Amino acid sequence: MTRKQRRLVLIGAGVGVLAVAVALMLNAFRDSIVFFNSPSDVAEKHVSPGTRIRLGGLVKTGSLVRGNDLRVRFEVTDGNHEMPVTYQGVLPDLFREGQGVVAEGVIDGAGVFDADTILAKHDETYMPKEVADALKKSGHWKDDYAQRAAMPIGGGSK
Amino acid sequence: MIPELGHYALMLALGLALIQGVMPIVGTRTNDPALMSIAVPAAQAQFVFVALAFASLAASYVMSDFSVLNVFENSHSQMPLIYRLTSVWGNHEGSMMLWVLILALFGALVATFGTNLPATLKANALAVQAWIAAAFHLFILTTSNPFIRIPDAPFEGHDLNPILQDPGLAIHPPLLYLGYVGFSISFSFAIAALIEGRIDAAWARWVRPWILGAWMCLTVGIAMGSYWAYYELGWGGFWFWDPVENASLMPWLAGTALLHSAVVMEKRAALKVWTILLAILAFSLSLIGTFLVRSGVLTSVHAFATDPTRGIFILGILVVFIGGALSLYAWRAPLLKQGGLFAPISREGALVFNNLFLTSACATVFVGTLYPLALEALTGDKISVGPPFFNATFGPLFIPLMLVMPFGPLMGWKRGDILSAAQRLFAAAILSAIAIAAAFALDHGGPVLAPFGVGIAVFVMAGAVTDVIERTMIMRIPLWAALRRAVGLPRSAWGTAFAHFGIGVTLLGIIGVTAWGTERIVAIRTGDSIDIAHYRLTFDGLFNRTGPNYRDVAGRFTVRRTSGELVGEMEPSRRTFPARNMATTEAALMTRGVSQLYLSLGDPNPDGTVPVRLYFKPHVLLIWLGAIIMFIGGGLSLSDRRLRVGAPRPAKAKAVLQPAE
Repeated sequence: MTRKQRRLVLIGAGVGVLAVAVALMLNAFRDSIVFFNSPSDVAEKHVSPGTRIRLGGLVKTGSLVRGNDLRVRFEVTDGNHEMPVTYQGVLPDLFREGQGVVAEGVIDGAGVFDADTILAKHDETYMPKEVADALKKSGHWKDDYAQRAAMPIGGGSK
Repeated sequence: MIPELGHYALMLALGLALIQGVMPIVGTRTNDPALMSIAVPAAQAQFVFVALAFASLAASYVMSDFSVLNVFENSHSQMPLIYRLTSVWGNHEGSMMLWVLILALFGALVATFGTNLPATLKANALAVQAWIAAAFHLFILTTSNPFIRIPDAPFEGHDLNPILQDPGLAIHPPLLYLGYVGFSISFSFAIAALIEGRIDAAWARWVRPWILGAWMCLTVGIAMGSYWAYYELGWGGFWFWDPVENASLMPWLAGTALLHSAVVMEKRAALKVWTILLAILAFSLSLIGTFLVRSGVLTSVHAFATDPTRGIFILGILVVFIGGALSLYAWRAPLLKQGGLFAPISREGALVFNNLFLTSACATVFVGTLYPLALEALTGDKISVGPPFFNATFGPLFIPLMLVMPFGPLMGWKRGDILSAAQRLFAAAILSAIAIAAAFALDHGGPVLAPFGVGIAVFVMAGAVTDVIERTMIMRIPLWAALRRAVGLPRSAWGTAFAHFGIGVTLLGIIGVTAWGTERIVAIRTGDSIDIAHYRLTFDGLFNRTGPNYRDVAGRFTVRRTSGELVGEMEPSRRTFPARNMATTEAALMTRGVSQLYLSLGDPNPDGTVPVRLYFKPHVLLIWLGAIIMFIGGGLSLSDRRLRVGAPRPAKAKAVLQPAE
């Protein structure tokens, strides 16, 4: 083989592998992307039952009901709309009423969000960015949250 | 006084970095050895001053000087000494100080030990290193100054985020940074080569130890982070495809590719232009990782603060360095001479294969990590790209890599014989087939593909062993002669075998725990039992414990085999830190061979039951054991004779055309 041919083989192999990688990515993007929605988004966009989404907002105060077998039910609100959520399992350390939460799962036929994952927070002052943006959009963002987010000093805020 | 000294030392370090960044380059242009040689003392002095600055910050932490804002926000006088020390880098400002400390350390090491480097290459490389240092010194001084005082010193600090109060924090960030920042050396050398417009095989020989060292630290750094997340976050996952984890995986993938392409360059003077590009990419990905983690575009345990000016500043550093480096590459790379020839089926060919798949896999991780950010910036849609994406892209690209890996070391340089390599791997293939059959026979309800995964892992391990057997001829010649050959084998050959074996071990662990791990999530009362795998855990009740700065509500569980034989006790707890009013889950782990029982508690329910998560993690320890084996492999390779004994003088253009071996 000449130098040119060898180089062609190399470039061909490179382009081939890259093409496979791109094909894999496009395929995966079609199937495995999860959109983030606030309860208002769900109401406005008519997210169809069975579509996997992330739902974010605040856990409505007084809505948490613990059932048997570690079943819990609570409502997620962004101030304008609310959405009932069910989950079975152990809630993350920092799951609290009145605080931000992100849940992943599907909406069932009855309009209840069936979550299989509740995302854990790492810090008591951490407001998930998506939730903060959703609250700002719905006009229910309070500066109180911003202060807490900007000043990660735990003792004072409690 | 001490913080002010530190602050001043950092400013002096910035000044030294500026001198180190300009004078040597002027020296290489005007051919002035005196100006070029300024780089060496400047790099050493810069390290001394950065170390002084870091030491003063550390001293403020150890003495709990709460008049320093950074100490006040992140420390507490009741914390044990080790955590007061590690909280130096448990926050944004301090971790950037660690970053520049390691950067300066590497610069000083090159300056001190690079005595056999050509003067111009050394001067240019140290100057490039100084530009990076200057940018980050400026970043710290203008946006993230850890030495700021508060007028009325408070009596007590705000404590470190409890999740970070863990021995893991003492090890994970420094190792990771040694890896990240270690790639700055190969970057600086690559830029220096581009500035000179000349590169040869000797370049790879000088740079390879630095790549190897960075790669070793990054490997165990990532593994350490993974183990930390596993036991600290309470749900037993070892890898989440979290953007922050991906940020460390990308430089690792690029660095692994670089490590292999540098071998080709060193031995065969081929792939020069490509190696330079990889050296630029590996450090660029480290910078992008720093940006992702530190700028606050991602919220996670690693995003200590979200100050937009910092993000913009790091973005600026990113654009200047990555953009500048790639432009320089586009401009100067065509000047570099092409290297040796090789057939597609050869050791070089196998290493090119490795590079293609590693970089493609790196590209999929890159896209999966940055696509959500790009989409949100462009359309406002918020999406998450989770494990399914990476399993569907990264996985298929890694399988061919694993299958071909054992062939690589068995191929000859220049022109290899795939048939003969296949013959020598026959035993490995048989072992792998037996493993697949055994996995199928023992399988109870795992995924169908899992036994094949086990087969691949065994093939990789057996392939690494085959390489050693072939080289020592242990089956064909008397044992004593084979042992002599084993001792005489180049350390780098042992290094390859170890590192490849380690990959197989890690793979086996990942497959074992994802395919055959079991979990039980139940609410229990005192006296209840839970069965998992072949163990039975009995809940003996809750009790209270107090630590230096926390309170524990712990559960005591007796672990027996299902046959009734007592194995031991496990005490998971819920730990509350009053200073931050925050609770963490302290999981209990029980190691059985290389498998583990993993137990964590939830918040007790009002009806008196306690939610419990119990996992059986088969072979989970292999994941991190594999990383340690890879680290040992890297260490063996680093101690290779040809790297220890002084590297040769720079080869002239003529020598490049001769085969290196």
